[in-house]
Amino acid sequence: MKLRVLYFARLRERFGVAEEGIEFAGATAGDLLAQLQARGGAWAEELAAGRAFRLAVDQEIVALDAVLHDGAEVAIFPPVTGG
Amino acid sequence: MKILVQADVFDLGSEVDAMRQGRTDIGAIASFVGLARDMNDGSGVAAMTLEHYPGMTEKALAALVDEANARWALQDVTVIHRIGRLLPGDPIVLVAVASRHRGEAFAACEFIMDYLKTQAPFWKKEETADGERWVEARASDDAAAARWNHKPDLFS
Repeated sequence: MKLRVLYFARLRERFGVAEEGIEFAGATAGDLLAQLQARGGAWAEELAAGRAFRLAVDQEIVALDAVLHDGAEVAIFPPVTGG
Repeated sequence: MKILVQADVFDLGSEVDAMRQGRTDIGAIASFVGLARDMNDGSGVAAMTLEHYPGMTEKALAALVDEANARWALQDVTVIHRIGRLLPGDPIVLVAVASRHRGEAFAACEFIMDYLKTQAPFWKKEETADGERWVEARASDDAAAARWNHKPDLFS
């Protein structure tokens, strides 16, 4: 399936990309994270277990076991700091 | 209900007047305005830039207001959050809540701010003498949201 993946704030800067299309053969948000971690470098570092980041699918916060669907909009971002 | 994400400045008085316009059933309006400080974590802050997640931001704010409406008898709610580059002293966020009695208005206003701080996808980047830095989320904000004794995440 194809995913549209967005990155925000510090993670966008660390990864050097704001948005990309990803061909995805896994099932869950956790599988996608593993695929991104496998890129190494900042990806492995920032998305490692225990690091603070949030995942949203179709603009709603989800947990790692969330099942992804073809065409999903996935976003990965740091804990929010508005207000 | 009015929810806006905008670069432009807002005016508290105008927003409160707009809530009252043409109605006499409101007994209380509680409001909060958050401002950009000139100091954070021991460093002077010359300016800050607010980034957000267009689309999700508006949905998250609407969900916060829906949750407040479910908990209290509210007559109207306005939430305005600015984005872009702001200078010390600039207003960042406005929450105004109208209800028949003050208790609901005070409580809902604080609730909305506490949840906004932990749930709405905004991020602040500060300009300091040592360069730019992203503001880190604070545990005290999580604690403030948690004291409303609700599931920690509204959107799952």
